[in-house]
Amino acid sequence: MRQMRKRYVALKIDSTQTFDEKRLTNAIWDKVYQLFGEIGASQIALSKINYDKEREILVIRCSHKKLDETIAAIATIMEIDEVHVAFQVIAVSGTLKALRKKLSNRQT
Amino acid sequence: MKYPIDLHLNLPLNRKEETREMLRRASELGYRSVGVPFPKRSRQNLANDIRKVCIDQGLDLVTRVDLWPKSAKGLIRDLRQLRRRFELVSVYCRSKSVARQAAKDHRVDLLVFPSINPRQRFFDLAEARLASQGLAALEVEMALLLCHTAFSRVHLISCLRKEVAIARKLGVPVVISSDAQDVHEMRGAIELVSLTTLFDMEKHSAWRAVTDIPMNIVERNRRKLSPNYVAKGIHIIRRGEECGK
Repeated sequence: MRQMRKRYVALKIDSTQTFDEKRLTNAIWDKVYQLFGEIGASQIALSKINYDKEREILVIRCSHKKLDETIAAIATIMEIDEVHVAFQVIAVSGTLKALRKKLSNRQT
Repeated sequence: MKYPIDLHLNLPLNRKEETREMLRRASELGYRSVGVPFPKRSRQNLANDIRKVCIDQGLDLVTRVDLWPKSAKGLIRDLRQLRRRFELVSVYCRSKSVARQAAKDHRVDLLVFPSINPRQRFFDLAEARLASQGLAALEVEMALLLCHTAFSRVHLISCLRKEVAIARKLGVPVVISSDAQDVHEMRGAIELVSLTTLFDMEKHSAWRAVTDIPMNIVERNRRKLSPNYVAKGIHIIRRGEECGK
C-alpha cells in the first residue's frame, strides 16, 4: 500500500496571550471536527509536530489532499478561552527539512 | 505580477493607532493593495491621510464607498453623486429591486448580499444574467463566514455554494475580501482561498478572486477616473502644445 503523502504547515499565532501547545492543538481539532465531522477529521489526519513558544510558531502535519480543508478550519478560529486569536499560515511544505529551510529563510 | 488584494478592509478611521495597526498587519499578510470604505460625505483630506499611512506600509490604497440604498431610485441618486469620487462602488443589496438595478448599472463594481437569511439573498439566475451583461462582480465577504457559528454558518455556506455555482455558470466574476473590522478578523490570501473550499469554489477561481479580478476592477476604474479618459475606447494621448510633437 502506498504511503499517504503529508503536508507540514507552519502557523504563526497572533494573540495578546500565549497558549500552551495542548490548548492550541485542541482548538484546531475542535474546529476541524466542527466543520468536517468525524469522517472529515479522520481524513485530515492532523497531528502536532512542534511548538516554538518564544516565536509562537506551531508546526502541524496533515494529509496533502486535505490541506485546504485544514487551513480553512484553522482560519475560522477566532478565539481560544475567550481571548482573540488568529493563526497565520507562514509556510507549507512536503517535508520537515524543507519547512525548516523556509522558516529560516523567512527569518533572514 | 500577480499579488493579492483585499478590497474590503473596514478601518476604524477615527482611531489612528488601530488604523495603522490594521494596515501594518495587511502588509505583513502579504497584501500590496487594500480597499478601504469611506463615508459618503468624507473629505478628501481623510483619504489622503490614510493614503500616507498606506504608503508607509508599502500598500496601495483603493478608495471605496459602500452604498446601502433603500430603493432603486435611491441607488441611482447615490451613484450619480458618488461614482466619480471613489475608485470602487459596492452596493449592499437588501431588496430585490435594489439588487436588480445594481446588477444592470454599469457604475456598480461590486454586489454584496449582507444577509444570512436565504430569502434575503437575491443572487439568483436572473440577477446573475443581468450582472454578466454589466460590469458588476459578486463580492463574498469572509468576515460573515468567520463571525457566524453553528446553523447560521451552515445556512450561509449553503447560500454561498449556490451563488458561486450560479456566478460560475453565467460568467459573473467573484471577488473574495475579508471585510475585517479589526486585526483579529484579518486573514491572509492563503487562508481566504482555503476558506472558499467550504463552498466548493475551484482553487484557481479562488486565487483569481483575490488577485486578478480585483486588480482588473481597480485598473479599469482608475483608467475611467483619469482626466485623459473620454469614453470607452477613447483616451487623450497628448494635449495642447504636445500635439505638434
